[in-house]
Amino acid sequence: MRTRSGWWVAGALAVLALSMVAGLLGGAADISPWQVVLQAADWLPYVSVDSGLAPVEQGLLFELRLPRVLVAAVVGGLLAMAGAGYQGVFRNPLADPYLLGAAAGAGLSATVVIVLLPASAAGVPVAAFVGAVGGVFLAYVLGNTAGRAGGTATLVLAGVAVTSFLTAIQTFIQQFKVEELQRIYSWILGDVGGGWDQFWLVLPYAAVSAVLLLAHGRVLDVLSVGDEEATSLGLRAARVRLAVLLAASLATAAAVAVSGLIGFVGIVIPHVARRLAGGSYRIVLPLSLIGGAAFLVLADLLARTVIAPAELPIGVVTMFVGAPFFVGVLRMTRRSAT
Amino acid sequence: MIEVSALSVRLGEREVLTGVDLSVRRGEWLAIIGPNGAGKSTLLKAVMGLVRHRGTVVVDGRAAATLRPRDRARLVAYAPQAPSLPPDMTVLDYALLGRTPYIPYLGRESRRDREVTASVLERLDLTGFAARRVGELSGGERQRVVLARALAQEAPALLLDEPTTALDLGHQQQVLELVDRLRVADGLTVVTTLHDLTLAGQYADRLLLLADGHAVATGPPAQVLTGKLVGEHFDARVEITPGPGGRPVVHLLRGAT
Repeated sequence: MRTRSGWWVAGALAVLALSMVAGLLGGAADISPWQVVLQAADWLPYVSVDSGLAPVEQGLLFELRLPRVLVAAVVGGLLAMAGAGYQGVFRNPLADPYLLGAAAGAGLSATVVIVLLPASAAGVPVAAFVGAVGGVFLAYVLGNTAGRAGGTATLVLAGVAVTSFLTAIQTFIQQFKVEELQRIYSWILGDVGGGWDQFWLVLPYAAVSAVLLLAHGRVLDVLSVGDEEATSLGLRAARVRLAVLLAASLATAAAVAVSGLIGFVGIVIPHVARRLAGGSYRIVLPLSLIGGAAFLVLADLLARTVIAPAELPIGVVTMFVGAPFFVGVLRMTRRSAT
Repeated sequence: MIEVSALSVRLGEREVLTGVDLSVRRGEWLAIIGPNGAGKSTLLKAVMGLVRHRGTVVVDGRAAATLRPRDRARLVAYAPQAPSLPPDMTVLDYALLGRTPYIPYLGRESRRDREVTASVLERLDLTGFAARRVGELSGGERQRVVLARALAQEAPALLLDEPTTALDLGHQQQVLELVDRLRVADGLTVVTTLHDLTLAGQYADRLLLLADGHAVATGPPAQVLTGKLVGEHFDARVEITPGPGGRPVVHLLRGAT
């Protein structure tokens, strides 16, 4: 059992490495895969390899494509892992990272910043982060004051209420600033092309939330027998839920801040992981992290090559490609399903 | 082993249990009987600390209210009437959940946790099932797997809520015999709710009859399973005859009263 998990993780890492090379390759300039591999090795600390690439090509790879691939990987990994965390906490396979108002909160505050400070591009990620955290916080407080402490049903309903309310305000504001609609929509549909700044911005939050979530794999398995039985096993269910929600919401907020709202990754990738490697969160969480990263790198590759030199919004690609892909996985694994 | 005094539980507007006293000695089997809605399951949950209650629960000489959840879980293991079994989990992983009170919050199972669980699976003839998924098991196998999780807790007391529901005659007998063997071998204290009065009388050392949230009778089976008590509290017409070992057997009588 344990060795099988190891193989899955190794396989997923190999897929991720391949997608990253593909991500570096795809695009206008004519660079061979081998040169990309050599150049990637050259970027590693203490390694010096001559890739034979001209400085312009190196600059293109390093300043444009590499940060883009890395941001896509981090965002995809965070969203998928946060989705798995939410599904564990709510014991519901339909839970996704935007369930508790993170998306609506981020959407509202990003819209406000775009409308009030049209010139400022730097303010949007910060606003989105604060908005996402605020949306989840609002839903959590509402859910806990309206129902029994720690109950999941009221929490989800509170999330629905917060989402509708914040989305209504956001729509209201954007109707007044029709000239900014284009910018607002392109933010909402997602973009991972923010460069190195965005990568360094998201990295610390990504690291903290990934470590926290991965560490909670075992207790999420315990929680899967329900609150009452988990309590009888000596676990404080409400506390586990709060810890995982915090970590998953931090991951979501960080992802949303640098990339906008990218749908589908958080709900599909954990299911694919579960279908392939079994239901334990100890394997679903790491596989979601790696698989989500690979998926979004490839989605971004498609987004910027399909109608090159123009670009598709990455959120459109994840849904367009993700849905049939997911149906395929469902059909492929139909026999082993319960 | 377990001392409960003046236990009352209110769920919403309804008082489900009122001033219940209960006492189980180490190694003893107590069966809680009573009509539907008498509060049997709630009593077990209160002992386990899963519902808010008034009154005191003392487990192994320690006031349960002062115990941390994981310390309580090392003293008392609990199997609900309808356990939720995550269908994709393997039997081994499910049984390992019983080791939760011994594993640090963010830690992982130790070698000893794996050894204890493996030996429990072996005792319950489940070793061959270890890699099977819980969702693929039959009713009798499931009940054994739930029992395996409870035993992996290595708690001296076992609370089982209707361990024989949904099992056919043979499997009911198998499960109760298994519990009895383990009780004798390990000196476990067992508290079960059982709706089958004859089975309760056959296996338990003592019975506690709950009716409408009150403990109306307690004592050896022959004292509690009388035509008068059963007739009154279950609203049933029965005949009670001495069975094997002098333990009472309850027969339903046909024909309206």
